[in-house]
Amino acid sequence: MMREPGLYDYSPAVDRPKITWPNGARVAFWVAPNIEYYEYDPPISPGRKPWPKPNPDVVPYSHRDYGNRAGFFRMMEAMAKYGVRGSVSLNVAICQHHPEIIKVCNELDWEFFSHGIYNTRYTYGMPEEMERAMMDDVIKTILDATGQNVDGWLAPALSYTTNTFELLAEYGIKYTCDLFHDDQPQPVNTKSGKLISVPYSLEMNDTVVLTMLGKSSRHYTDILKANFDQLYEEGADNGQVMCIPLHPFLIGQPHRIGNFAEVLEYITGHDKVWVTTGREIAAHYYEHHYDNVVAALAAKRGA
Amino acid sequence: MTLTDDYLKYPKRGHGMDHDRYTWSQLHERPAVTWPNGARIALWVVTQLQWFPMDMKPAVPVPAGMVRPYPDYWDYTLRDYGNRIGVYRIFKVLDKLGIRSSVAMNSALAEMYPYLVEQVNQRNWELIANGLDMGHPHHGDMDEGEETALIKGVLESLRGLSGQKVRGWLSPIRSESMNTPDLVAANGIDYLCDWANDDMPYAFETTSGTIHNMPHAMELDDQQILIALRHTEQEYVGQLKDQFDCLYAETERSGGRIMAINLNPWITGQAYRIKALEEALSYITGHDGVWSATGSEILDAFKAQA
Repeated sequence: MMREPGLYDYSPAVDRPKITWPNGARVAFWVAPNIEYYEYDPPISPGRKPWPKPNPDVVPYSHRDYGNRAGFFRMMEAMAKYGVRGSVSLNVAICQHHPEIIKVCNELDWEFFSHGIYNTRYTYGMPEEMERAMMDDVIKTILDATGQNVDGWLAPALSYTTNTFELLAEYGIKYTCDLFHDDQPQPVNTKSGKLISVPYSLEMNDTVVLTMLGKSSRHYTDILKANFDQLYEEGADNGQVMCIPLHPFLIGQPHRIGNFAEVLEYITGHDKVWVTTGREIAAHYYEHHYDNVVAALAAKRGA
Repeated sequence: MTLTDDYLKYPKRGHGMDHDRYTWSQLHERPAVTWPNGARIALWVVTQLQWFPMDMKPAVPVPAGMVRPYPDYWDYTLRDYGNRIGVYRIFKVLDKLGIRSSVAMNSALAEMYPYLVEQVNQRNWELIANGLDMGHPHHGDMDEGEETALIKGVLESLRGLSGQKVRGWLSPIRSESMNTPDLVAANGIDYLCDWANDDMPYAFETTSGTIHNMPHAMELDDQQILIALRHTEQEYVGQLKDQFDCLYAETERSGGRIMAINLNPWITGQAYRIKALEEALSYITGHDGVWSATGSEILDAFKAQA
């Protein structure tokens, strides 16, 4: 086993090239709803038990189903009201199970990126050929259903093999959401191709805050604003990225959606915010910053 | 260990759900429902009266079960506090505000404390079956014959003790086997409370015909908020108010909605929490167009329009 990921160089926050965003924005702000399908009777993976209880585990299954039946629509409306397009972290089986949701997102000019096939199918233990077959399926399914190429990747249920990042670069995926080491995009070291990480801000993820840490919706509102305020301040010197990763089954609950809308109103009410998508952040970074940053890192390595 | 090729086979990957229990449908696309007297919100309070046996050995983990070594007087007596003290604080608040409740009850508790069943009947409230006791959660590895006998026994007991028809079923910890919906429907149950995927009732298919699932809001359960997530009482009140405000506003374009509140007397019936509950319930009943009703009354009003 590796002792460290080996995917990036050490790059201290206080000594790195300046990143700029369009129109002098200090923060590139994006929202990434995870639109997911968890299976009622999934197979057992050696890496992870899909549900705590023997199948069927009705509470967690139906709780997640709430997101597609009720939560998505509330979340979508709140985002549309404040002009925020989603970058959808998609379990692509949603294209078959719930194409009605895909259609709405596509009409709103939302981006789709990969979150695997189902959130109950893990990458753990996949031989390389199997992981390739899964990636082929994802890319084809999203293209067929939406006309979009897959530019971004968040591994299904954040499950990996040690081949994952090499394969992403080889498949021409432009950015990964799976690395949490930075508030700016960063080059990812792969043997072939080009890949960057775009901050997906796991600390701002509704599942992490509301479920794993067990905080209230009003507390979540407060920390989202505090996180934004700090990045907005730091962004005056060097452009930052803030992402809010969401799950409609959590944020789309009646007792949460109003508080979340208040956050969107607050953030989009600032002047120097670029309200954008993961794909657009990656494209801007490749066009304006990637070469500079790679050269600066190489110079440090040589020094 | 590596995976075999079967792991990339997805036999249920098609339109709709990956099972046949209910059809895929988004809440906002459904026809508007109206409640009696033009009410906007049907307020469905479910009080849960449960017994946690001291020698329980549940087949799947039960939150708030006996978590310490036998003999666990700590957990046993604290749960029992709810059935002796807490429940009467809650009933007093409900009576004061003119709120009706469905009472979900373990049949073993009804047999131990029939006084509680009388309290429900005196108020003309509804009894919902909540399984045998909290040591017997239904689960995926459960033997079908064993589950059949369990469900029959629970319903016979509750129906005998209460004289009520007992139309609703809430599984202990909402846990089901693949057969639970079929078995309860075969025993005359009209609605399930286990599934947490909707804000309204919806049709649920079983081998004994169509029943319904009622939106017994799991996220607003006091055990979920105050025990599992460890929120403060004021945060709990805030969530109940936020939930109500959203649903109440939605009724302007969607038709009637249901505000479901689940109460565990050993939690919300504590002396230091009861005023928080009263604050939230007073806020709700202080609005025009709130109809307090039992699960069966709400379901019947819903089905009359379906």
